[in-house]
Amino acid sequence: MIDSVQHAEATPDHPQPYSELGLKSEEYHRIRDILGRRPTSSELAMYSVMWSEHCSYKSSKVHLRQFGDLPHSEALLVGIGENAGVVDIGEGYAVTFKIESHNHPSYVEPYQGAATGVGGIVRDILTMGARPVAVMDPLRFGRADAPDTQRVLPAVVAGIGGYGNCLGLPNIGGEVVFDDGYLGNPLVNALCVGVMRHEDIRLAKASGAGNQVILFGARTGGDGIGGVSVLASETFAADGPAKRPSVQVGDPFTEKVLIECCLEIFAEDLVVGIQDLGGAGLSCATTELSSAGSGGMHVVLDRVPLRDETLAPEEILMSESQERMCAVVRPSDVDRFMAVCAKWEVTATVIGDVNESGRLTIDWRDERIVAVPPRTVAHDGPVYERPMARPLDLDDLHADDPGRLPRPSTPEELRALLLRMVASPNLCDKTWVTEQYDRYVQGNTVLAQPEDAGVVRVDESTGLGVALATDGNGRYSRLDPYAGAQLALAEAYRNVATTGAWPLAVTDCLNFGSPEDPEVMWQFAEAVRGLADGCRVLGLPVTGGNVSFYNQTADTAINPTPIIGVLGVITDVARRTPMAFGGRPDEVLLILGETGQDFGGSEWAWSEHHHLGGRPPPVDLDRERALADVMVGAAEEQLLSAAHDLSDGGLAQALVECCLRGDVGANVHVTDDPFVALFAESAGRVLVGVPAQRVTRFTELCAEHGVPAAELGTVTPGRPELTVVGQFAVPLAELRAAYSATLPALFGPKPEKR
Amino acid sequence: MRVGVVTFPGSLDDRDAQRAVRLAGGEPVALWHGDEDLRRVDAVVLPGGFSYGDYLRCGAIARFAPVMRTVIERAAQGLPVLGICNGFQILCESHLLPGALTRNAHLHFRNRDQRLRVENVSTAWTSGLQRDAEIVVPVKNGEGCFVAAPDVLDRLEGEGRVVVRYADGNPNGSVRDIAGICNANGNVVGLMPHPEHAVETLTGPSTDGLGFFTSLLTATVS
Repeated sequence: MIDSVQHAEATPDHPQPYSELGLKSEEYHRIRDILGRRPTSSELAMYSVMWSEHCSYKSSKVHLRQFGDLPHSEALLVGIGENAGVVDIGEGYAVTFKIESHNHPSYVEPYQGAATGVGGIVRDILTMGARPVAVMDPLRFGRADAPDTQRVLPAVVAGIGGYGNCLGLPNIGGEVVFDDGYLGNPLVNALCVGVMRHEDIRLAKASGAGNQVILFGARTGGDGIGGVSVLASETFAADGPAKRPSVQVGDPFTEKVLIECCLEIFAEDLVVGIQDLGGAGLSCATTELSSAGSGGMHVVLDRVPLRDETLAPEEILMSESQERMCAVVRPSDVDRFMAVCAKWEVTATVIGDVNESGRLTIDWRDERIVAVPPRTVAHDGPVYERPMARPLDLDDLHADDPGRLPRPSTPEELRALLLRMVASPNLCDKTWVTEQYDRYVQGNTVLAQPEDAGVVRVDESTGLGVALATDGNGRYSRLDPYAGAQLALAEAYRNVATTGAWPLAVTDCLNFGSPEDPEVMWQFAEAVRGLADGCRVLGLPVTGGNVSFYNQTADTAINPTPIIGVLGVITDVARRTPMAFGGRPDEVLLILGETGQDFGGSEWAWSEHHHLGGRPPPVDLDRERALADVMVGAAEEQLLSAAHDLSDGGLAQALVECCLRGDVGANVHVTDDPFVALFAESAGRVLVGVPAQRVTRFTELCAEHGVPAAELGTVTPGRPELTVVGQFAVPLAELRAAYSATLPALFGPKPEKR
Repeated sequence: MRVGVVTFPGSLDDRDAQRAVRLAGGEPVALWHGDEDLRRVDAVVLPGGFSYGDYLRCGAIARFAPVMRTVIERAAQGLPVLGICNGFQILCESHLLPGALTRNAHLHFRNRDQRLRVENVSTAWTSGLQRDAEIVVPVKNGEGCFVAAPDVLDRLEGEGRVVVRYADGNPNGSVRDIAGICNANGNVVGLMPHPEHAVETLTGPSTDGLGFFTSLLTATVS
């Protein structure tokens, strides 16, 4: 029995499983009001998935509006609302970038969850008309030695590598962070950046009555049915049912071929509008395309090529099978479009056409199963002003100042602390993870992890390039979500500037617990407010992003974790500043910015004392801006041989990373309290290496911008050790052994030499 | 000099190989897997990637592509052919080179800057390199573990057909640290490392990879 529109009209009292599909009673009744009848089962499926938290942003919308209110940016070509924002980087080039979460699927089925997270964000970028050129993956896991982390981390890393490597996209950066709160709630965020010429920008709209709607790419199967609404909108409970069948399975080969096929289609200008099929599959693509264009569309669902002929129409509409795209094509271009698809052996099928009826109609077996105003599905979902409450424990957390914690008091203790810190899971070498990713493919990677930002060349003839960094600190945000979001923004901004690129735009992935918990909602609202205020000071637009709620197990939410991605432009990548010391034998080391007693939320307090309390480091965005002026100006004048941002683990960590990266020793002096100098996490600081004869000019430049600069010491070519004068010295070999051993010991050995 | 670079569905480093040919002074020519015509090229590069998604076995499907019919035929007549990574796998599947490339011993994909020792400088692709020189070229593979029967290995060694060997650590468990081999005539070379990713100081760990491409051009001109 097909639940057609006619049947629905005749059976108004037929009971419908709206609550199993995640809809509240009032939401269901709103659908009835909109349609003037009960929805058919297919319509109910579409509304339920499109009105889920993940697709509708119903809890976050009222807060996210602040990003739209930011001052107009000259650089912004396409803003929030499309698949991804587009930024002008000059010379006729535009760049599109976005970050998304794939947290819940990656917990249920880590390999496929992480893999399809990459696949989804890459299709968003492709849909804008761009060639994807790089990916990055900020990751958060439970305690490093927890059994479930052993299950999740290796498979997530393998999934990201397995998919991204096979697409031919260099992985240029990201993060790997461990914290108890992410056990059971790993965060797998994925960022993609793409490049196009201005004239190649494509939008998701179905305009022009009579134009054909073409579904192309993989066939539609039963995978991922309800994945979005079931997986992203429900909290994991210990006794919940198995969710495995809802996770999508990816095929990177199909996506790689789809990328090349799309780029050829774009080059021949064969589409009027295009949309990828991700969360909510055909329901999302057809309603979004038609509500953004001429307003109407008719689809014959029987034409959708299936992998499983037993699928019901509701399942076809909700399927989240990967590697599919939906294009709107002028009738005169259909033959040519099909020929390009045939060349790449991509399945393509005309499934419908555009009209001006104002309705999306879908037929199945000659019966009308959907007749809806598409906007009501795609854009007029419920909007909630959820109650908010400042967490009750926040005052106690603030009062628990890390100043009470015991500190090392002798040089020997400091030396031992340094070795423990660099070996701690959060600060140690991440090569075990990153060497599973291809960073070379496409031949344009100028900097990649562990550098401050990934830098990719866009134009071989001029050297124009982009830099990207992502950052976030859940502990800071737990102590103060407003400041935490700004600190994440400041760090990503600083990381981009440290490589010599000028920051241009922001994308965000906001990972939080349940929005139905007023304390979580308060954290979310504060973080959004902090980010919006921060972007206003720095003059950066937010171009798009993603909200991930329900990252919690039972009543325990993760630390609020806003991950901020910043994109910058560099006019000539040959002038980028790398992090390795020793590029010049006469290198002088300086520290920029000021160091205070900033240990609230610090890596030291956490890894040494399992302590989280006090206040996060103060953030001063005007000073961050001045610091960026110095870093970009110095790169343009070629004053620097090395630079590295100071963040988690403070100066000590940065010194170790720069020395090991360049395989060169250093001799540094620290004044006052060596512990504070080495391990405090004050924001707004960068460690730089300056060739001796440029020091005067460089300190002048710092003075012009009011940025404090203090000489620390020099590199010591020929003496491979890190010396803190009057305190201790550690041979680089000992540092490297401590720094490099942690992840292989936890997750698997390196191959032995033969 | 025209150097063809084949694009199979799933090829990834095809444009990188074209760039390397260009930087070496050659003229890169795009070849399509479905086309038997080699477009009058003087040499062919089979680039890295995951042709046909590496389904069945790496290189097993690509080996049957129409373009390979001509490549196999012309290789027998002396056409210089360089297979890099997936290209090496395709050459083994095509029986232009002996042995096979299997899953890395540690079971992970691995991308690192790898030290190599050059052992044969008489092939079409290595004649400009120094014998016993140590060079640094990226490796990036999940199935780069070279294996062959002991008598095949002994013959390769005896005939000097091990072109490059891993030095300072074996990244994938390849038997006898073998990173690249050639056929008896030295015109067909398979490399697991990626010389096309070491052609510019800006983007590579070295420019040591350029020598493979300039070898071809210099040898053919002289």
